[in-house]
Amino acid sequence: MLTMPDPDRNVLGRRDEIVAALRAIVPGEGVIDDETGRRPYECDGLTAYRQLPMVVVLPETVEQVCAVLRYCQGAGIRVVPRGAGTSLSGGALPLEDGVLLGLGKFNRILDIDYANRCAVVQPGVTNLAITQAVQQDGFYYAPDPSSQIACTIGGNVAENSGGVHCLKYGLTTNNVLGVQMAMMDGTLIRLGGKHLDAAGYDLLGLTVGSEGLLGVVTEVTVRLLKAPETMRALLIGFPSSAAAGATVGAIIGSGIVPAGIEMMDRPAIHAAEEFVHAGYPLDVEALLIVELDGPAAEVDHLIERVDGLARGQGATEIRVSRTEEERVAFWAGRKNAFPAVGRISPDYYCMDGTIPRARLPEVLDRMNEMSAHYGLRVANVFHAGDGNLHPLILYDANVAGELERAEEFGADILKLCVEVGGVLTGEHGVGVEKRDLMGEMFSEDDLKQQQRVKCAFDPDQLLNPGKVFPRLHRCAELGRVHIHGGQTRFPDLPRF
Amino acid sequence: MTESLSPRSHDDILDAVRWAVAEKAPLEVVAGGTKRGWGKPLRTNHVLDLSALAGIRLYEPEELILQAAAATPLAEVEAALAQSSQQLAFEPPDFGPLFGRPAGRQTLGGALMANLAGPRRIKAGAARDHFLGFVGVSGRGETFKSGGRVMKNVTGYDLCKLMAGSFGTLGVLSEVTVKVLPAGEKTRTVLVCGLDDEPAAAAMAAALNSSHEVSGAAHLPAGIAAQSAVGYVRDPGTSVTAVRVEGPGPSVEHRCAALRTLLGAWGATEELHGRNSAALWSEVRDVSYFAEEPMRAVWRLSAPPAAAAGFLPGLVRDTGADHFADWGGGLVWLSASPDEAAADRIRVAADSCGGHATLVRGPDALRAAVPVFQPQPAPVAALSERLREQFDPNGVLNPGRMG
Ligand SMILES: Cc1cc2nc3c(=O)[nH]c(=O)nc-3n(C[C@H](O)[C@H](O)[C@H](O)COP(=O)(O)OP(=O)(O)OC[C@H]3O[C@@H](n4cnc5c(N)ncnc54)[C@H](O)[C@@H]3O)c2cc1C
Repeated sequence: MLTMPDPDRNVLGRRDEIVAALRAIVPGEGVIDDETGRRPYECDGLTAYRQLPMVVVLPETVEQVCAVLRYCQGAGIRVVPRGAGTSLSGGALPLEDGVLLGLGKFNRILDIDYANRCAVVQPGVTNLAITQAVQQDGFYYAPDPSSQIACTIGGNVAENSGGVHCLKYGLTTNNVLGVQMAMMDGTLIRLGGKHLDAAGYDLLGLTVGSEGLLGVVTEVTVRLLKAPETMRALLIGFPSSAAAGATVGAIIGSGIVPAGIEMMDRPAIHAAEEFVHAGYPLDVEALLIVELDGPAAEVDHLIERVDGLARGQGATEIRVSRTEEERVAFWAGRKNAFPAVGRISPDYYCMDGTIPRARLPEVLDRMNEMSAHYGLRVANVFHAGDGNLHPLILYDANVAGELERAEEFGADILKLCVEVGGVLTGEHGVGVEKRDLMGEMFSEDDLKQQQRVKCAFDPDQLLNPGKVFPRLHRCAELGRVHIHGGQTRFPDLPRF
Repeated sequence: MTESLSPRSHDDILDAVRWAVAEKAPLEVVAGGTKRGWGKPLRTNHVLDLSALAGIRLYEPEELILQAAAATPLAEVEAALAQSSQQLAFEPPDFGPLFGRPAGRQTLGGALMANLAGPRRIKAGAARDHFLGFVGVSGRGETFKSGGRVMKNVTGYDLCKLMAGSFGTLGVLSEVTVKVLPAGEKTRTVLVCGLDDEPAAAAMAAALNSSHEVSGAAHLPAGIAAQSAVGYVRDPGTSVTAVRVEGPGPSVEHRCAALRTLLGAWGATEELHGRNSAALWSEVRDVSYFAEEPMRAVWRLSAPPAAAAGFLPGLVRDTGADHFADWGGGLVWLSASPDEAAADRIRVAADSCGGHATLVRGPDALRAAVPVFQPQPAPVAALSERLREQFDPNGVLNPGRMG
């Protein structure tokens, strides 16, 4: 069972007074305290966990964001930032005694600057809207999460989101140049800008992926790229996932970094095909989609090489897209894999973990054993290039105990990722979902050092507490140094 | 007299830092020692010399990762990668000769802790973007780790980013993991001669705004180009603007031809092939042009690429500095007289465009007198200091080096 920090009774008792104070900062409809109005904010994409927030605040200006935070800091009130609420790890799960700070109204693109190849946008702008704003000029924003129609750039920054193209183009962290951020005490800071790299410590790099625990992002400067001349894809079927995995290794080992390499296993292929009729072969155990981009001369050359490598590993079916429609059709099944699985099962639980790619066959075998053990089916889509697994566990929440079994199954998969040398997350963050598994990967000292980072930004731990870290330590306690004069001998090392 | 401690293992580092904390004896942390002249001069009585912690522990070309002891010589790493036609895509410069030391001495950990990046920064990122994981010892004398050995490495805060560019002030790393990438099969460089700074910036922007995946864009004014070892660059006697493409053969030939057409609008073009291309970009990367005059101050100014053309003429006039540009104009290297007036003027230029200037090389007196790193607005400076305290509350690791 997930436990969240104990609600502060004192804060709950002052609810009316707090709502009035917030209304003085954000006028009109921007403060929602009635139950119906708060209901849509009770969960994010991890719908198994729900909690009505004490109050929802939807500011419209940066000054309001700062003032809300300053007030909350002064009054000891917890704050949970929220973008579009598509997080799959419960990062935006509200707190009973907390303000839910929604950034949806910050939806303007402020500056498109081709001379510096960047755009400055507000945090509530959707990922896709950035590309849409610049594509008529041949540019795009590279990270492309499947949720890109809905998710916000602020959420992307918080989760360090990825997409099918991050093997070649990087994750959010590699594509963000700067942020403006409000700290919990209401101070506004700028990290980075239109230039590269930091003057001192890379606080921008630290902020990206910090899951809303360090500050509220109020503006983002993203890198724009010129769209490639040509994009073509190969759809390749294999008699085993081991052969598919070996092909990925062979492609990368031969010096090719495709724009994307995605893998699907048999259950995922079948679910996708039934849903979108993409024409996927159904007699294969694994399917690879390999996309190549660049000048036509390069793409043609590499397609030939990938084709040869796949044949060498025993591919049974190879199709190469000849038109843009065909390329899009190859992707249709993969891009709709989640909803496709949603059709064949009342509920599904989307996992996210990363493994060294070479361990894939073994990990899939173990996952199948677990599937039998828990009596739950699992379908796999996989960012094969970088080892990021997305097992989808199929369950029925109306059957007593299935959700719990699905969660246990999921936890076992993540432990397996760590066991084979991978990590607990890929691109969905820790949130509340994997919070209690952090000890599988990190020692107590590792976690304490991470929490000390939080102390430098938010010493009262009011911003999004209860996420990422299994145990909250007070900053004063974390600050103590456990070494005392005279306790250690002079180190027995070679000296000169 | 300074005394040097030479740990042979992670546990030795732990002992050394614990001792330093207990005895309040700050340490200067050194690996290859090539960048000791970068940062505020230190006044510690003890040096923690990591050079014994060397050796590649794991290299998996197909997984695109390499794990090594932190003080593994970079040359050893690069040689191992070259065996599999791979490279560190951030193209770390070798500043040894810039500091009057031999080339080829720097370590992998040092390159990461200085967040180095060469001309390919604009396409592939800096050290920060390739730093996947580490094990180290904090200034508290505790072991801590972050990241992993997979490409999507981060669970929790991305402490690798924080370590990159922290110059050993937050922790002593014993082992690091980096992302490695295939080296381009072929390289071509397109040259345009005789452009002033402003049209050169426009030409580089046109190249970078094309779909040709440019992996280097630099501009050398005539006085700098004259020092190049590459005949095509030196002999025209004019400024030279250079644009690089890398990748599979047919692609490179196609893009090189397309760029010559595009850049033809600014003047006659020339192209460099493999060896000449490599020679030119290593000069640019290592700032070789400023290695000859060791008494001058060397500055590195990071700016929005389109801004540099605006402030450069005034800056060069006021300081008499020599300069050249990398990163499509976003990185300006300056060689200026080592005085506070020039320093102030350079800092004003950086501030005017929201960028930052770092004093990479300068005499002790200048480095003691002016901030080495661009001073930050008060709240950011305070935040950075609070962070430093969380990692090294007793100030035992390179104290004041970034101050
Ligand atoms: C169908 C589906 C497919 C998905 N596919 C992908 C995928 O391919 N790749 C991928 O990486 N992710 C994917 N996701 C996950 C999710 O879309 C991303 O994590 C996304 O970045 C969340 O953005 P959001 O605006 O919805 O943020 P929210 O869910 O609202 O919030 C996420 C976290 O960010 C914090 N936050 C939000 N805005 C701010 C801000 N302005 N300042 C500070 N903190 C903030 C919140 O507190 C929370 O911790 C998918 C989700 C779904 C539902």
